[in-house]
Order: sequence, then C-alpha cells, then structure tokens
Amino acid sequence: MRLLTGNDLKTGAVTWWTGKDWSIHIEEAVDVSGNEDEIARREEAARRVNVPYAVDAEMHDGSPRPSHIKERVRALGPTVRPDLTLKPADPEIGNWVI
Amino acid sequence: MYKYDQYDQAMVDARVEEFRDQARRRLEGKLTEDQFKPLRLMNGLYLQLHAYMLRVAIPYGTLDSRQMHALADIADKYDRGYGHFTTRQNIQYNWIRLEDAADILADLAKVEMHAIQTSGNCIRNISSDHFAGAAADEVVDPRPYAELLRQWSSFHPEFSYLPRKFKIAVIASEKDRAAMRLHDIGINIVKNDAGELGAAFYVGGGMGRTPMIAPCINPFVPLDQLVTYCEACLRVYNRYGRRDNKYKARIKILVHELGAEEYTRQVEEEFAHLLEQGVEPPHDELMRIIRMFEAPNTDQTAPNDIDRSDPDFALWVDRNTVAHKASGYVSAVISLKPVGGIPGDATAKQMHLMADLAKEYSFDELRVMHTQNIVLPHVRKADLHALWTALDEAGLGSPNLDTVEDIIACPGLDYCSLANARSIPIAQRISERFAETGKTGTLGELKLKISGCINACGHHHAGHIGILGVDRKGVENYQLLLGGSEAEDVSLAKITGPGFDENGIVNAVETVTTVYERERQDGERFVDTYRRIGMNPFKEALYG
Repeated sequence: MRLLTGNDLKTGAVTWWTGKDWSIHIEEAVDVSGNEDEIARREEAARRVNVPYAVDAEMHDGSPRPSHIKERVRALGPTVRPDLTLKPADPEIGNWVI
Repeated sequence: MYKYDQYDQAMVDARVEEFRDQARRRLEGKLTEDQFKPLRLMNGLYLQLHAYMLRVAIPYGTLDSRQMHALADIADKYDRGYGHFTTRQNIQYNWIRLEDAADILADLAKVEMHAIQTSGNCIRNISSDHFAGAAADEVVDPRPYAELLRQWSSFHPEFSYLPRKFKIAVIASEKDRAAMRLHDIGINIVKNDAGELGAAFYVGGGMGRTPMIAPCINPFVPLDQLVTYCEACLRVYNRYGRRDNKYKARIKILVHELGAEEYTRQVEEEFAHLLEQGVEPPHDELMRIIRMFEAPNTDQTAPNDIDRSDPDFALWVDRNTVAHKASGYVSAVISLKPVGGIPGDATAKQMHLMADLAKEYSFDELRVMHTQNIVLPHVRKADLHALWTALDEAGLGSPNLDTVEDIIACPGLDYCSLANARSIPIAQRISERFAETGKTGTLGELKLKISGCINACGHHHAGHIGILGVDRKGVENYQLLLGGSEAEDVSLAKITGPGFDENGIVNAVETVTTVYERERQDGERFVDTYRRIGMNPFKEALYG
C-alpha cells in the first residue's frame, strides 16, 4: 500500500492523508495507491499540507506501518525521547519503529 | 565579548522584519514552498524529520549569560524545553512552528543573535578554539580575527551564492581544539621568529563523503592582510568551484583536482590583485574589535590550591578542567554527556543554570565546544567546588571530558531527514557499556565520534574510533573506523571492514578497546597504539 504524508504548513508537524483530511496519527492513514499525485497536488495547492509525498507501507496489527525506518521514525517521533513521541505511555512503541 | 554597534543591530533587525514578511506570505499562499525554501534556509530554518528546525549561530561559540538565558527561554516558549548544541558550536531547536519563527528571530535579535548564514551555500558561522582568550598556550586571542571575518562574510554579496557551503575556523595555538585542518579554510595565527603575528592558511579540508586534510598554502600571511587573503581564497573557489555536481562542489575538491600548488598560485595571483584594490578593513576597525575582547580582570592573588578531599570532585577537576593563562584560574568544561544521555542536549533549566553559573563564576562568559559540551572559560580554582556541586545537582557534573563517554553524535535518524541510521542510541549504549565496565578512566583519552550518514556531522572520520551509520536495504548498519584525529595530529580514520548491527557495533567498540589495553605501551593513547601497530590486530579481534 501507499500512504501520502507531508508536513503541516504552520506547525511543521508530520501529517498523513486520511481520505478526507490530514492527521498526525498514522493509524488513520489510508491507501492512496494510484491517486497520490492528484491528491498531493490538490492538497498542497490548498495549503493543507507542505511538500507531500507518498511512501510504501504494509498493514501491521490492523494499522499501516511504513516500510522504511525513516518514515516510521517520522510517524512516531524520536526513539530517544519517548516522552516526545505520539505514544509516550506505550513502553513497547519502540518495537514498532525498529 | 563583541557588542553589536548600531549597524550590526540595524542589519539584524531589518533581516527579522524581512523574514517576518516572507513567512507571512508563505502562510498566506503568496509564496510556494519552492520559492520560500531558500528564503527560510537563509535564516537557518530547515524542515526536518518531525518539524521545522531552527539553527541559531553562536559566533565562534562565545556567549554571555544574557544570551544563554535567551536561548533557554526560546526552548521553553517556542520549542519543547530543550536545545541541541552542535558540532559547529551552534544550537538547534527541533520543534519550531513556522508561525513562530519570526518572533524567535526577533527575540534573538534583542540579545545580539541571529540564524543568518546557518544554512545555504554561503560562509557559515566562523568557529574557533573554545578556550580562546583563556588558553595558556595561545599566542593571541583568535576571536577578534574570527569576529572580523564574521563581519566581512556576513551578507557578502560576492560570497552569498558559492558553489557549496563554506566553513572557516580560526585558532591561535599549536594545539588544535577546533578541527582546524578539516575546514574549508583553517587559519592558525602564529608568531614568527621576529615576534610578529601572522596567519597560516590551510585550505581545502573537510569531512563529508570525501574527507580531506587541508594543506598549508601559506604559512604566514600578515594579520593586516587577513581578510584580503581570505577573499583571494574564496574568489578562486567561487570562480572555479564546480556547480554541476553538489558532491564535487566543496573547495576541497577544487584544491585536490587543481593540486595545492596550482590552487596556491592562483590565490597568490588574486591576492596581489586584491592588495591593489584595498579590500582590507581599516586597522581602526580591527582595533575596535580587539578592545572588546580584553582579557577578564582576574584576581592575581587567586590561590592555586584545590581541596581534593572529595574524590568525586577531584576526579571532575582532573578530567574537566584545563589550564588557564592566569594563575589561580582554570577553564571548566560542563559535560553534556551524562551516561546514557543525548550528546549535546540541554534542557532550558540546565541552560538557565549554566548562564547563572557563568555570571557568578566565569566573568559572564560561556563557550560552546564543537564536541558538544559547554565551557566556563575563566573560573577561580577556589570556586571550583561550589561550581561542581551546582553542576552535579543538575546532572551536569559528568567527569568525562575526552574519554570514551564524551561522544560526539549527530542528531541522526531520530531527527535528521538526511540521516540513514540513528546515532544517538549508539552513543547512549556505548557510554552505558563503558560506565558499567568501569573502563572509562583506564582507557584515557579516546575520542569517539558517530555520524548517521556520510555527511559526517558527527565527525566520524576524525574519531580515534569513528562510527558511520548506513542504510543497508532499509536496515540500520554501522561501519567502524579507527585512527582518525581532528587535533594537531590530524588524520583520517579507516574502515575496519564489514559493518555491524546495533548490538554488534557496541560490542565491536569494546573489542577494539580490549586490543588497545592488551597492546598499549606506556603513555600511549588509543590512537597512538593504533598508529604503531596498525589495523590488523584490531581486524583480527573483530572478524577473526
């Protein structure tokens, strides 16, 4: 599957295309295979996202998980600061990244 | 310390307002990202892995307490309560919002700071010896000359669009504490037999994907021709440096391809031409700057005795203080490398404390080291115990300067969009491993440097032990290098062989230190033993 990601223009936060909008939670991302260029163009023009691009992913425990570690770190936050990740209370979240 | 005059302040204030307008237009959609990106980069604003990242220039690593407090306030107000001190004596904030960026620059301008030329193909922040003005072995304080170059290079119209970024370091002692020969231009201020000061120019060094040690192209340029000679070096590069391939665009490639002799010939020719043009700033301007760097008014009766009855304190004194030119004083290094910590990170609270301690104990001065620690340059020996006590209570008292725990690590894949592998977790695990085994002290000086990609922000080529993170089919892998140095005995490290995974690289580092312990002779550092016995004993231990 392919996910569309980018950064929020104002905050720089990593965001994922949910089919309707953008979310910081990758669990809400949807497969955009075949439509990524069109969605990216439209959303960037509307300034709802900054520098969007598509990444490969697979389903993992019912949620999408990017194929490359760099995108997994982007999706979660720095592995060395679990308190700053999106799931600070999950002690096992590092395993999702690595 | 240098203080802005009305022109400095007006330039920086104007730049803030210019950027405020640019950011507003971007947010309103009047600028595309392609149009805005070079504008934000000129103001140090990157888009990194998790958010915008702002890199703030700290000229030659020198700060006063007011500036450090301001950096802490920015961390608290606009970021997530911390900052990261970098290998170029700057600070980076990792969680910046575009809509706040102009306000941050305005806050910086109030304390005579900015983020100009911390990115882009221009002359970057000038770096220097972090013990400048305090070091017992310097021939002169190099910072006024670094400041002169900072002023010359700021907004220089001819050098704002170079083939590639350009880094200059200025030192003034035989000991190289600034990786001088691994810069595009390294300047070592020296004294000749007649007692005159001049600048030895080393040009074409650098790390990155093609590491090179800068050759000396002129051993003695009179200091009243310093800027002119720099301009000649830059002009030849700007004219002939490659713009068709960013990987071959640094000056080191030009010097290498032309040959140092031919490059020097061209520089000398240009220099002769420029001397006729009168580009050197007026001598009065240099003297104005020099007067701002007057030595602190140290107490000439300050005692040299230190009460060493507390062994933890005595260890910190032995490892983290350095000889000062004034009797009764030392330079004290605040380690930002607690065991298991993130090299170079400091919380806002820690920054405020370091600022307060600088005010109380170090003539209101701090320095950022390229090794990602902080220096209080002028501390009375009699004040050391009180200083150490305050640092230790704040987690800043690690006694590990220049040991295997004092690891340089770039942000790596945890923060950087260019990285291929994480650097920080490797640094954390190595420092924990050596702290557990208790070998940190017995290994002596051992400089370990980790980069998360070939760009080498973690200076892995220059580590006694270097580690380079690479991406091997989507999996982090770590190459081990041995034998580098960025000091006066400069050398480039060599790769041992096949790389290791995360666990394997930590074990590999321990293995090579075991070889060192077995083979070392009296007084030898790790790198000395490596140079004497060569790579093979280490390879045999690593790979069998």
